[in-house]
Amino acid sequence: MQSDASTTPPSSPAHKPGHSFATAQGNSDQGKSDLGGPMPSKMGEKISATEVAITVRGFSSWYGSFHALKNLDLDIDARHVTALIGPSGCGKSTFLRWMNRMNDTIPGARAEGSIQLDGMDLLAKSVDVVDLRRHVGMVFQKPNPFPKSIFDNVAFGPRLHKTYSRAELDELVEQSLRQASIWNEVKDRLHSSALGLSGGQQQRLCIARAIAVGPEVLLMDEPCSALDPKSTLAIEELIESLADRFTIVIVTHNMHQAARVSDKTAFFFEGKLIESGATESIFTTPKNKQTEDYVTGRFG
Amino acid sequence: MATTRSTASRVFSDRAFLWTCLIATNVAVVVLAVLLVSIFWQGWGTLEWSFITNFASRKPAEAGIRAPLMGSIWVCTICGLVALPLGVGTAIFLEEFSRKSRFTRIVQTNIMNLAGVPSIVYGILGLTAFARMFGAFGTNTDEAITFGSEESFWYLRIPFGSSVLAGGLTLMLVILPVVIIATQEALRAVPSSLRSGAMALGATPWQTVWGITLPAAVPGIMTGAILAMSRAIGESAPLLVLGGLLFVLNTPENLMSDFAILPLQIYNWAGRPQDDFHLIAASAIIVQLAVLFLFNGIAVLIRQKLQKPLQY
Repeated sequence: MQSDASTTPPSSPAHKPGHSFATAQGNSDQGKSDLGGPMPSKMGEKISATEVAITVRGFSSWYGSFHALKNLDLDIDARHVTALIGPSGCGKSTFLRWMNRMNDTIPGARAEGSIQLDGMDLLAKSVDVVDLRRHVGMVFQKPNPFPKSIFDNVAFGPRLHKTYSRAELDELVEQSLRQASIWNEVKDRLHSSALGLSGGQQQRLCIARAIAVGPEVLLMDEPCSALDPKSTLAIEELIESLADRFTIVIVTHNMHQAARVSDKTAFFFEGKLIESGATESIFTTPKNKQTEDYVTGRFG
Repeated sequence: MATTRSTASRVFSDRAFLWTCLIATNVAVVVLAVLLVSIFWQGWGTLEWSFITNFASRKPAEAGIRAPLMGSIWVCTICGLVALPLGVGTAIFLEEFSRKSRFTRIVQTNIMNLAGVPSIVYGILGLTAFARMFGAFGTNTDEAITFGSEESFWYLRIPFGSSVLAGGLTLMLVILPVVIIATQEALRAVPSSLRSGAMALGATPWQTVWGITLPAAVPGIMTGAILAMSRAIGESAPLLVLGGLLFVLNTPENLMSDFAILPLQIYNWAGRPQDDFHLIAASAIIVQLAVLFLFNGIAVLIRQKLQKPLQY
């Protein structure tokens, strides 16, 4: 299935992992510690205790002959929220879908470079994608609950990987639903259809479903774009509360949302990572002209 | 500027279209109603319990449909039990696992073509492949290989000869393309976001199909199965070629038993000169309809049961 996904084409030179640290993105590590010291905000405290969960080096990807992402270098902090912003078609969703290898199913999709999680290269051919997706969960743009009961939706993931006793499963489902702050709304109707929930509830159920498998990383692909403002607020609050336990990468078109929920922001444009760093500095003092134009709403 | 159409002409064309559709619908309904009424008019009087429990006879008053009724049930059950797993399996392979390739395109084209092949051709195929097995194991009369005893229902004789098993497998060939195509359509109608959702949780392709895609497709699959089984019950031509018998004086006991089927029995009685036989032919049609409703009822029940979680 993933035969052509991670093979390096012989024509292009293979990128050596860990080779190009001194890029504009690499600098953001220093910028971060500068910011971390004097700033009394929540953001400042968090950054001072940062460890990197995902290291991206020299990452490029193609759909057939279309060069979707060009030579990315990015560090994603553990247990923080990283927002990927940029105009439509800039490659941010593509990048997200490479982090759990969802692009494997697309014929003609391939990538090179490295994305390292816990010292393991996600793109390596030897990686078991089924196992990888247990560690890197995903929430989609449109809520996609299974046509099953609420309970079975959450229990579906855990059941795939292990046999649980009924009591263990009850416990796990309750915990996951609580973490996704939807337990109180659904506890009395766990065994009725998930399709009867509102859009915002469905999306939180999908987050609970992703959490239930026990991932370290949660990828969110515009999780609020199909929701009303009130549900969006609920999801955003949820994302903030989840950031204590999970490394969250969120793709969003809504710049206010990026500013509200993320600790770090990366701006993509035409397949290139233009600028990344602490969210506050990206939105208040962007170093790059394109970033400035985008975050101030002059294009995109 | 284009001239605007008058309200009156728009209302008129709207009405005209509605009436055309209504008439088209009613043609089918009226024809069916006339047919049913005339069948019941003729056949209801002679439809007694003894008609169902008696074997064939030369006297219309004593003739019954025990052998063809049981034969039809045996043959259609075998047909359904083999065609469903085979057809659904093929459709799952083509839709969920295979990448588009030359091979799958050829398979797909062949299935489409098979759906349009006249059923008598399947009869010849069944005769060659199942009844005679290409003559590879000798003729039917000097049996080459047998398995099990004749008392057990799974007694096997190779070649199958004109047995219920050969009949069921031949009908299976007839309905297989219908089942495959219906299942493919049902699988295609399942939103791909559900597949992505399952895969993102770490489901293998098989777990995705078994846990998510297939359950969501069951209503469509069962609808296809209902249509296919209705066709199988009414099909007579392929079994005529295979050697479906008319004067059978026992019900099938094992897979190798001889069999009669209802459509052939009806055809035979309807073709006789005596009026009394025409009446019991009508009675047999009523029984055949009842069997059809029974099979379809089972399929509808399965569909309802599995559809429940889909509803709000």
